[in-house]
Amino acid sequence: MTGPAARLTRPLVRFRFDGRAYEARAGDTLAAALLANGVTLVARSFKYHRPRGIMAAGVEEPSALVTVGTGGRREPNTRATDVIVYDGLEAFSQNAWPSLDLDLGAVNGWLARLIPAGFYYKTFFGPPRRWMIYERFIRKAAGLGAPPVEPDPDGFAHRAAFCDLLVVGAGPAGLAAALAAAEAGQRVMLVEQDARVGGALLRDPVTIDGMAGVPWAEAAAQRIRMAGGRVLLRATANGYWDGNLVTVVERLAEPGQAPGASRLAQRLWKVRCGRVLLATGAIERPLAFAGNDRPGVMLSQAVRGYVRRFGVVPGRRAVIATSHDDGYRTAFALAEAGAEVVAVLDGRATPEGDLVERARARFPVFAAARPIATRTSGHRLAGVTAEVAGRTQAFAADLLAMAGGQTPVVHLHKQAGGELDWDEVTQAFVPGPSRQGQRSLGAAAGRSVLAAILAEAWEAGGGAARDFAVEDPCGPAQPAAAAVIPARLPGKAFVDFQNDVTLDDIDLAWREGYRSVEHLKRYTTLGMATDQGKTSNMAALARLAQAQGVAIPQAGLTTFRPPYTPTTLGAFAGPAVGDHAGPVRRLRLHAAHEALGAIWLPSGYWFRPRAYPQPGETPGEASLREARMVRSRVGLVDLSTLATFEIAGPDAAALLERVCATTVGRLAVGRGRYTFMLREDGLVFDDGTVWRIAEERFLLTSSTGGADRMAQHLSYVRNVLAPDLRVSVVNLQEHHCAAALAGPRATAVLERLTGDAAPLHMHCHRTAIAGTAVLVLAASYSGERAFEVYAPGDRIAAVWAALLAAAQEAGGGAYGLDAMDHLRVEKGHVVVGAEVDGRGTPADLGLGGMVRKAGGFVGWQGLQRPVLADPAGRRHLVGVESLAGPLPEGAMLVGRAGDEPQGHVTTAAPRVAGEGWIGLALLRDGASRHGETLHAWSATRGLDVPVRIGPPLFYDPEGARYRD
Amino acid sequence: MLLIDCPHCGPRAQEEFGYDRTLDSLVRIEDAPDAAMAALYARANPRGEDDEIWRHTFGCRGWMVLRRDRVSHAILSVRPLGPEALP
Repeated sequence: MTGPAARLTRPLVRFRFDGRAYEARAGDTLAAALLANGVTLVARSFKYHRPRGIMAAGVEEPSALVTVGTGGRREPNTRATDVIVYDGLEAFSQNAWPSLDLDLGAVNGWLARLIPAGFYYKTFFGPPRRWMIYERFIRKAAGLGAPPVEPDPDGFAHRAAFCDLLVVGAGPAGLAAALAAAEAGQRVMLVEQDARVGGALLRDPVTIDGMAGVPWAEAAAQRIRMAGGRVLLRATANGYWDGNLVTVVERLAEPGQAPGASRLAQRLWKVRCGRVLLATGAIERPLAFAGNDRPGVMLSQAVRGYVRRFGVVPGRRAVIATSHDDGYRTAFALAEAGAEVVAVLDGRATPEGDLVERARARFPVFAAARPIATRTSGHRLAGVTAEVAGRTQAFAADLLAMAGGQTPVVHLHKQAGGELDWDEVTQAFVPGPSRQGQRSLGAAAGRSVLAAILAEAWEAGGGAARDFAVEDPCGPAQPAAAAVIPARLPGKAFVDFQNDVTLDDIDLAWREGYRSVEHLKRYTTLGMATDQGKTSNMAALARLAQAQGVAIPQAGLTTFRPPYTPTTLGAFAGPAVGDHAGPVRRLRLHAAHEALGAIWLPSGYWFRPRAYPQPGETPGEASLREARMVRSRVGLVDLSTLATFEIAGPDAAALLERVCATTVGRLAVGRGRYTFMLREDGLVFDDGTVWRIAEERFLLTSSTGGADRMAQHLSYVRNVLAPDLRVSVVNLQEHHCAAALAGPRATAVLERLTGDAAPLHMHCHRTAIAGTAVLVLAASYSGERAFEVYAPGDRIAAVWAALLAAAQEAGGGAYGLDAMDHLRVEKGHVVVGAEVDGRGTPADLGLGGMVRKAGGFVGWQGLQRPVLADPAGRRHLVGVESLAGPLPEGAMLVGRAGDEPQGHVTTAAPRVAGEGWIGLALLRDGASRHGETLHAWSATRGLDVPVRIGPPLFYDPEGARYRD
Repeated sequence: MLLIDCPHCGPRAQEEFGYDRTLDSLVRIEDAPDAAMAALYARANPRGEDDEIWRHTFGCRGWMVLRRDRVSHAILSVRPLGPEALP
């Protein structure tokens, strides 16, 4: 049982549209429910604010865009035809003010002459002032729904899957193919964007093998599941990528609906497929006539769908305008449901055949007839003016069903790299040669005879050749033929309904010289709306071809890009939101820092202690206190996140010589050096220290943030550039932890803990702390005598506790990253990410003297480039001293506020030894400009601080404090 | 998304791999400066087939050379990167 009587057997569901309460029946789309309630005015158009209703029944709907849901679940620009009504659904119209019925924006329609196609381009090329005026007006007037402001409360999941065969579309072709494959033992996935299987069977009452179409489809889906296949409903294959990977977005909740127990709104499947069959159907084409966008003008197959599937009759007095036999089916469907068919306007000069004859017996059928214009009453269709065999004739009607031909859905085929063929009979692009073995079936392949479609699909799925008995009460039909596009029409005939592009706009673009379809698209915005021109592109191409005097395939075609239908960003983000956006790595000593009252600073993936404020202290005060503690007594800092590599083997030194731009190979056992590494273009990309632990064993440290990059670089040099070296590289970052003890009392603290003499500066040795074997490297970053203590990660807690207790006893304590930064700025040490920004040579950073002259390391050739070799005009590292208050980090260095920047402040810090503010900066020709006065100017923060340029060293220039 | 047949692990999704460079842009440490800069900045970039260095970063971490058609995206061969795979 179908039609209005069956409708009443489905449960009641309540929803609201623009605040008014309505009743729907379970299984209705929002569009069906609105039509059932007589709501025909649903939206206002994008540009002209024209009243719009529901035109289609599927995802191609261009006009009926609504906002569904509230709060964080609000989903704007949702097609009313693609939402299944649920109890409590709230939908709102868009782009209308003050109301849908009385929309002041409709004035744009009267002003249409002033805002033709290419309006934006014309204003962009006009005087800039004009755009400034227009912009406010345009942004307000041209619009879609508003995006939600609140975070989405629901979850989105990603899932990977594999199958032997993926079938896209569960119409008759897709079902037959999937069933054959599943019962042959293949792993099958069948995905369907609708909430039900059946496709065209839901609108046309055929029987297959003696079974009514819909029960046949449901039984087929059941059999696929029983054979182990997976059938997903509300699942859209929205992208077909390389390697037979298809992405499928599965809706687990409708737009705006709170999800069920899984708490998931959508799931994005990434399906790697053995084979893909595309049974994606076809989209009906509208006809071009004046006022073809009025509420009440609908696609013919959509009308049939509303009548048969939903039991909703969208009008009482209907005119059918068709270019081929399929429109007649709609006439019969409407008559069955009790509507009056006022006229069938057939564009063909001499329509013939059994179906036509049977229609003639029941309805007024007019040959060589086509609609010219519409008449409305209160925003809805009231009549149709037609041209019938050369004469004009008017019909009173509240529904006009258009059947303008079929456009096979070839999107996925094209995305997969397939080519298209032109079918002259149906005037449509159909799938041609494929690149990834994908094959199209049924209407998507331009086929129209159901029995043949089923037989072909069954074989494509892997079934033995067989026939299907199909009975169709309408009998066989001629293949779809496309409507002829009239030369001139008395009013706006829309081609792209969503972006308000008319036939006149296309003609205008042609007259203004836009010849390529790509230019036409961008100039008129045709096909660039959220529906990507599903209903419009073919009509526009036909018009362009007409103007060019060529066949449509010669006019060209724009690219089919994923996603096939608009996809919410949440589906792409999946679970990677909020705290899950990236991995959080906590230090081994996290709890120990927390116990000390640490505040945290994100550093790469890590959270590191920024400072340990005491009660009443600001972070700035705390870090300055900590830094002064290091200068005067002793401090302890966690260095566990430093990138650390062990490089061992007979050729370990040879590998390091290739990686490091400094002399490292001749290092004595037990000694270490500062070093840095270059990219191939000669610019510094990281720095660190290198230590010779044993004859054939080195330890290399480098920056925390660059750890992954350094691991990759070492692997590249080791495996690609120097595969013959006998050396192994082990990344120790995850295994070792380190703490640095720094300050004038560090030596005493260390010696008391170890009982050994502390190593000399840039020496290292093994010893023990708290019963744990540790490696002590005497390197100073702070400018004070300092020791880095390395221990296995699982033993660091005891070592840290012993070091901290001893430091506290000596009047010191823990210090954080900010204090470390203050200390190193005073010493002019560079940091990767601030001073080392990928644009500096060693010489720019004051490290030129350390570069190995003989070369033989990555980047030595790049350094020879004249532009790098000549220091003139390059940015050099300098020190800046504020002459008035705090120094803004990141500020431009200028002669006067507003002048062209000559450099910028890379790091700013308060002086630790003394008062005032200092910083490091990169300044053009800075090495020769010491003593100059400039301004640190930050336009964004409105700050302008006079500064004196000097050498990048503010403390202990002789280095007396860190030596022994 | 490409399906790359790692010589060590078998077919794996592209997202496990990192693209490094074309084989012709390889700069050896022994190369003279002019040759090195030519390799870096004046690459052939043919339309169609070319050799590329990839790494199975989130897998075996091995290096390999892909012969790939950059028009059709077809992968014609995957070889482990060793002395014999280098030009």
